[in-house]
Amino acid sequence: MAYSLEVTFAVSVNDLTKTYGNQVAVSHATFDVPQGSVCGFVGPNGSGKTTTIRMLLGLISPTGGTGSVLGSSIAQPQNYLPRVGALIEGPAFYPALSGRENLNVLATLGKFPKERVDQLLETVGLADRGASKFKTYSLGMKQRLGIAAALLPNPQLLILDEPTNGLDPSGIHEVRTLLRDLAKSGTTVFVSSHLLSEIEMICDSLVMLRAGRVIFSGATQELLAAQQPLIIARPENNEDLTDLGKIVESLQKSFKAVDGALEIMASSQWAPTLNRTAFERGITLSELQIQMPTLEETFFDMTEGA
Amino acid sequence: MIAVLRAELRKLRRPTLFLPTMLAASGLTALTTSLLYLLIDSPNGNGREGMRVTAKRLSAPDGLVFGFQSAATLLGVIALCVFAAQTAQEYTYGTLRNILVRQPSRMKVLGGKYLAMSLFALLIVVVSAAVSFALSFALASGAKVSTSLWTSVDGRQATLTALVNVTVATIGFGTCGMILGLFLRSPISSIAIGVIWILIVENLLTAVVSGIDKYLPGQLLTAVSTGGSTSLNGTEVITFKYGLVVSALFVISGTVLVSILFKRRDVAN
Repeated sequence: MAYSLEVTFAVSVNDLTKTYGNQVAVSHATFDVPQGSVCGFVGPNGSGKTTTIRMLLGLISPTGGTGSVLGSSIAQPQNYLPRVGALIEGPAFYPALSGRENLNVLATLGKFPKERVDQLLETVGLADRGASKFKTYSLGMKQRLGIAAALLPNPQLLILDEPTNGLDPSGIHEVRTLLRDLAKSGTTVFVSSHLLSEIEMICDSLVMLRAGRVIFSGATQELLAAQQPLIIARPENNEDLTDLGKIVESLQKSFKAVDGALEIMASSQWAPTLNRTAFERGITLSELQIQMPTLEETFFDMTEGA
Repeated sequence: MIAVLRAELRKLRRPTLFLPTMLAASGLTALTTSLLYLLIDSPNGNGREGMRVTAKRLSAPDGLVFGFQSAATLLGVIALCVFAAQTAQEYTYGTLRNILVRQPSRMKVLGGKYLAMSLFALLIVVVSAAVSFALSFALASGAKVSTSLWTSVDGRQATLTALVNVTVATIGFGTCGMILGLFLRSPISSIAIGVIWILIVENLLTAVVSGIDKYLPGQLLTAVSTGGSTSLNGTEVITFKYGLVVSALFVISGTVLVSILFKRRDVAN
């Protein structure tokens, strides 16, 4: 992973480890989250994301390693938690209290101004349901309330674990916009999600976990650029597909045929060579395009076998 | 800690908890007080464990508090349930993580919660006492009980002492509930074990094993609430001082143990 030396980090962990008996939940994790960035935290279920987040929030003691959040050691969470907002593993509130009263409990606890509660209910679209009991909320409404609770301290660092769970497409869009706006205003957002397309859209950096180990940490573009693109080549005449495959083979590239086209593992610079050679052998291509792997494809590629 | 206290009070005043708890406490106290006066001539007794409390006894300066003190163990059980539920629910709802993110000092969280629940227990006692005292005055003449000494200096002193004793015992029972809640992290298990132990197991043990009540927290706290426990023939079984010291030892040891557990245990749910 490569960040320039000038970058300051909202979160920085080094060799962070958590074991439960013989079971390793997080193993020697080392990564940084640049200040002011939206950083995605991805990995398969059970890869140690939530355990790592809980260690950052002082809820779980690490077995080994060190870490800092907003410049303070994770051994002293009281130094940074007043500036951190968090939604951990889904929204957790008192079912018999209203949404507003649940936020009031947290506002009282954190000594935040009461006016902020109504502002945030408005922000997350729950202003008209603030008086309803939490137990009457839909999954999406509960999630919105969880996000409002995380925003209570007007945080410098926002840690969100699966914030779009249960949200409909417009809700997901709203959260995406909200996170972008927060990042623009200088808030660092550290967000875990299984919606990799969302992560790809909003995150400028990424931490990827597999089986408790960090397998990538750095800029999202850096990860995607390092992946081999695909060249999609489709002959005008379907009978030419076999001959086109032979040409690709003769040029020592691997491929697979999918829906009347070839998916060729090669760099974009190789596309003109293929186009020229096919033309010389009398094959006209109706489609020739470069396809960069998505984060989802990269994720599966990197985490397969986990 | 004050912020935790205030936040906890917000939770405790929710209508689904506050009203039923106050109704249950005042209802039980009203029942024991009413029976004390309405069954005053009953050969089966009108007090705890079939004890006969005569009109002459009730006319004494401390007669006013008899009905109230008879309900003390039940008030304690209510406090135990409230403390256990309020503590363990943070684990079952997953809200403990929210609390600890907003207040990372676990001892402040525990201290604030405990203070708030103790205030709630105090309110239970005050409301129950008010109901019991009002009923005692209302039913006294029908039971040929004189109320003149109840308002004397000795009477007021006895009433105040009883209020303090019942409050201390009720908070003691509540603390046992909190200990169970923190240890078991489940409201249902904590309440079930606490109530079964206090109301069934301890009474069975006391009936079967002579003198064991001196080592049972529920019996000791009941003795504290009544200013010392007596057997049916009137001999003192557990003195107030002994009950206070030994029950305090039980409660303090348990609290220290679960505080260490609460401070060190990972919050993984």
